[in-house]
Amino acid sequence: MTTLAETTKRYARPDARALVALLLVLAVVAAPFWAGRAELRLFSEFLSFLALAVLWNLLAGYAGLLSVGQQAFVGLGGYALFVLCAHAGLSPYLAIPLAIVAAGALAAVFAPLLFRLDGAYFAVGTWVAAETVLLVFAMIPALGGGAGMSLPAASVKAIAAGKELRESIIFWLVTGLSLATLLGAYGLLRSRAGLALMAVRDNRLAAASLGIDIWRTRFVTYVIVAAMSGGLGAVIFLQKLRISPSAAFSLNDWTVMVIFAVVIGGIGRLEGAVIGAILYFLLREMMADLGAIYLIVLGSLAILVMLFSRKGLWGLVETRFGWSLMPTERKP
Amino acid sequence: MMQSTAAIEATGLSKSYGALAVTRDVSFALEPGCALGIIGPNGAGKTTLFNLLTGAVRPDAGSIRFAGKDISPTDARARCRMGISRSFQVPQPFSGLTVFENALVAATFAQGISEQAARPQAEDALRRTGLWPKTAKKAGELGLLDRKRLELARAIATAPKLLLLDEIAGGLTDAECVELIQLIRSIKESGVTIIWIEHVLHALLSIVDRVMVLDFGQKIAEGEPRDIMQSPEVAAIYLGLDGENTHA
Ligand SMILES: Nc1ncnc2c1ncn2[C@@H]1O[C@H](COP(=O)(O)OP(=O)(O)OP(=O)(O)O)[C@@H](O)[C@H]1O
Ligand SMILES: [Mg+2]
Repeated sequence: MTTLAETTKRYARPDARALVALLLVLAVVAAPFWAGRAELRLFSEFLSFLALAVLWNLLAGYAGLLSVGQQAFVGLGGYALFVLCAHAGLSPYLAIPLAIVAAGALAAVFAPLLFRLDGAYFAVGTWVAAETVLLVFAMIPALGGGAGMSLPAASVKAIAAGKELRESIIFWLVTGLSLATLLGAYGLLRSRAGLALMAVRDNRLAAASLGIDIWRTRFVTYVIVAAMSGGLGAVIFLQKLRISPSAAFSLNDWTVMVIFAVVIGGIGRLEGAVIGAILYFLLREMMADLGAIYLIVLGSLAILVMLFSRKGLWGLVETRFGWSLMPTERKP
Repeated sequence: MMQSTAAIEATGLSKSYGALAVTRDVSFALEPGCALGIIGPNGAGKTTLFNLLTGAVRPDAGSIRFAGKDISPTDARARCRMGISRSFQVPQPFSGLTVFENALVAATFAQGISEQAARPQAEDALRRTGLWPKTAKKAGELGLLDRKRLELARAIATAPKLLLLDEIAGGLTDAECVELIQLIRSIKESGVTIIWIEHVLHALLSIVDRVMVLDFGQKIAEGEPRDIMQSPEVAAIYLGLDGENTHA
């Protein structure tokens, strides 16, 4: 029997969470009207990092695919945008969805090869694959080789004529795609496929013996995560207006930092990626004057968390208080 | 051989880990709706036989037919979809999911149906195994006995045709054991074929139609429970080992 008080409590909490989330989203969307350029940069950098953390968490935390090669898809998405705009004359609005498709397609080609590898070998395999993609792009003279290329002025103008409006639109593209990633991941986990993904996360042996197709679950996750990473890469470099192989395929920026954040926040929990991304940015901004110190702090924190709380900081909170920001629990 | 009528039939199954032959040329057949008990000392290869039957482990030799079809080439997932379900001796819960979600996973994916359609079956399995009061608990927070109950609940929730049970009666109180026997009897009466590995002999013998004895990976006896329990080989294996369980 549930009392009225219990019922109100159960439903009041998600509502409060949803309201706070909605207000935050509205504030971010309206940011071009109240924030300066530097803040806009920081917001979009934070949100795209958050989205990458959510994606890597799906991959490693849920599907058990410890990839250290996600930069391949971020970079490919970025380059796809530049190539399609500069060489095919497409508008960026059309090039972004095509960048998403391109990254997903590359993942679909990689997957059957990489999935033959297990554990650490898979990790190394994804890294090697990403390095290979980097080398290919660095070797193509038409793409500026190692020096990279700029987005042609015509393509930039195609977004919007005025500079002010253009920067706002690019901001909305980055934040929009990032928030869509977060919401999409949440929706996925609440769907039937998400139930399979959580079962695979917790116990592969039992999942297979209860009828879950682990290969397919992993494949679909890998391709979707790659596609979204490609989309994020496209808008991230659209905002920068310049791309080079070392920036586009940066192991540090698009994978290592992301892994730190997820490990600290809580691997295998959606909230973990969010908390991790917030912590990463707070540390980075607070210690900006001290050079790379924040990296040392971050690395040490990640090691401590791995030693003492495998499910990260969010895991501690979850076990201690039973909190959940984005509940996926199925109630009977 | 009467291939056409057997629910499950294994022929010449063998499996070695390195130099250790864990399953040696094991063959048996079981009629639909029948219950087979498997006994044997620790390390005899009982659980390994289940791993071979469910596809968790590939045999080095031998074949398996289920409902008249050769299922040897299929994987664990496909065999589950066909209606073969098992409980793990060492519980394998989805620790981060609730008890209800554990059963829901089983009911949903074993039958390839929607979560919505699977809900009643998940609930039914939890009620029948006495886990319903703990339905909202995380499986990782359960004690060993409840984890074993959850193994049984998940196996039932798949709506199996063939149910493989691996040591589920150990550690229960007398009253709980009586309930478990009633539950398994009702499953059997609903037409499910059962293979049950169990050291608690009185529970096993109150259900099964036949008993198979494994020792060092080999089938050393198979037949009517009464005959098997009186055979000298079995007496030799069980002498003093499970003495208290053979009475009761
Ligand atoms: N993956 C494995 N690798 C190596 N040896 C294994 C493996 N699995 C089982 N064995 C060995 O095979 C033998 C049979 O194991 P199995 O678990 O099938 O026995 P069992 O009859 O179920 O025993 P118990 O009554 O203790 O459950 C044991 O000696 C075990 O150590
Ligand atoms: Mg065993």
